[in-house]
Amino acid sequence: MAAPTFPLPNAIVEDQIEFSKVTFWTRFRRHKLAMAGVIVLALMVLAAIFAGQLAPFDPNAIDNGTTAVPHWNGMPLPPCFQDKTLCWGHPLGTDEVGRDLLSRLLFGARISLTVGLFAVIMEILIGTFLGALAGYYGGWVDYALMRLTDVFLSIPILPLLLVLTAIVAASSSKAALSFGVIILIIGALSWPSVARLVRASFLSLREREFAEAARAVGNSDGRIIFRHLLPNAVAPIVVQATLDVAGVIILESTLSFLGMGIQPPTASWGSMLANAQSNLQQAWWAAVFPGLCILITVLAINYIGDGLRDALDPNMK
Amino acid sequence: MRRTLQAIPLLLAISVILYGILYNMPGGPLAPYLQNPHITAADIARLKHNLGLDQPVPIQYLKWLGHILVGDMGYSTSNSEPVFQALIERFPATLLLQGVAMLVAIAIGVTAGILSAVYRYTGLDYAITTLAFFGQSMPVFWFALMMQLAFAVHGIPLPLGYVIQLPSAGIASSDTFNLGDRIDHLILPVIVLSLLQIALFSRFMRSSLLEVLSTDYMRTAAAKGLTFRAILFKHGLKNALIPVVTVTALSLPGLIGGAVVTETIFAWPGMGRLFYNALTQSDLALLMGYLILVAFLVVFSNLLADVVYAWLDPRVKYD
Repeated sequence: MAAPTFPLPNAIVEDQIEFSKVTFWTRFRRHKLAMAGVIVLALMVLAAIFAGQLAPFDPNAIDNGTTAVPHWNGMPLPPCFQDKTLCWGHPLGTDEVGRDLLSRLLFGARISLTVGLFAVIMEILIGTFLGALAGYYGGWVDYALMRLTDVFLSIPILPLLLVLTAIVAASSSKAALSFGVIILIIGALSWPSVARLVRASFLSLREREFAEAARAVGNSDGRIIFRHLLPNAVAPIVVQATLDVAGVIILESTLSFLGMGIQPPTASWGSMLANAQSNLQQAWWAAVFPGLCILITVLAINYIGDGLRDALDPNMK
Repeated sequence: MRRTLQAIPLLLAISVILYGILYNMPGGPLAPYLQNPHITAADIARLKHNLGLDQPVPIQYLKWLGHILVGDMGYSTSNSEPVFQALIERFPATLLLQGVAMLVAIAIGVTAGILSAVYRYTGLDYAITTLAFFGQSMPVFWFALMMQLAFAVHGIPLPLGYVIQLPSAGIASSDTFNLGDRIDHLILPVIVLSLLQIALFSRFMRSSLLEVLSTDYMRTAAAKGLTFRAILFKHGLKNALIPVVTVTALSLPGLIGGAVVTETIFAWPGMGRLFYNALTQSDLALLMGYLILVAFLVVFSNLLADVVYAWLDPRVKYD
């Protein structure tokens, strides 16, 4: 007869992970608005990816009458529901120089979502790294890093962003404000809140038994931080990251609106609105639709973040 | 006291970083002169020497810091006046706009939060929390454009042929003071500015009141036989408002520093718009002065929030 076998510790751990995954999904699916947010965001992402196939026109092309009837004649064309003849040409009308609004919105989605995603990835990488160092080592490392975050959190982000982008623009030209630069600047400025969050979880995690056990068996600091502590600090980071994507999308569009972000003629929701402001009287549609896109996207992401918070940690609210 | 002392190195660090960033502004403080064909290279060199720009960066920084400490923020090239004076001149307009917006936001936000908490999980609560979510997700500049579109460009038609039409920009229609006109100009920017604040205040108030309502002392009050109304107003609100007071203290920097976006869109002659104009004209001294001022206000209001919090809630103790 075989000796009684004990379940391996690993199996127990995996069981727990499996269990928490199940509760996560059931909890998240209960949050109806978050599910709606996922669907809306998924559609937005698909629209952005397939912008090239979906857009009826080149986003920067001026319609001079070869394709659509009626074509642009110097005045912005209204959307389909105001002028039925436009439904097969420019369903959402054109802007003041005759560019197709729908095509520009689709390509604008690319900019907003890419900037949102990559700026947040950068913010998470920097913030997690510095927060983990501060929380794990404590002492003067912690003190120095936390004072640094204090400094960054004391300077309001929008004016600082504006100044930095102005510096970049002045040092070569405004065209240098490509979206890579915008991502770098936003990412480099927005990590402190993440660093604080990660530090707080690390401060408590490093005192837990499993961390001590990992230390006792001789793991290196790096291995303890990344293999043992970090996976346990993921939940708050994920929630924060989601909400920050929404925040970055608003930041980028604000920058572009003020002329310090994505530069024309590249279509971004913010810069489309900057042009629309001076033509508010003739073309309300050029001002309404890009902002509506921002609002819907940001709202969807915020609801997803809310749902994630409820699902990952009901005590956080 | 100890916290006050901690604020000093923080402010110093902020000033070093800001100085470092702005010092890298291409062209430096003399950028406006470099484009001028009437100013020769020798003139530039002389200006550089006179202004001390040929000295090592740390020396320049220390000198600049010394001036800041006595309120001398340098000379604003885009306004042709000292930075300090330029900021002070715009201050009343910003304070007017932000003060009104803040009062509106507190009044509506706190009321909405209370209603939301008292009638939790009813249609009213869902409506308020949904609106708060919208308010938080709204891009401010677009909301401003929509307000201009609705109220300034087209006007909202009322029965009997009246049309609500509001001015879309500026602070007044003429130089002579007219209260009604002033109010007309305030309405749109105040709506735009207070939206986000209303959303924040209502969410804070709701969660804070819900927390208070579930405490033991509230149950004790109920056990004494007090009506819900008495419990809510006498015990509940007093405690639930404490976090709201802190949030108010934390929004102080905006109250004084102004809102760059809203002021720019509505052409409000305040500090936020001053900053934006300085930005488009590379007015280094003014950008620097503005950022330093606002950062100082942030540090100060954080401190104030802590102090007020400890004062209102004796359970809180700072070491």
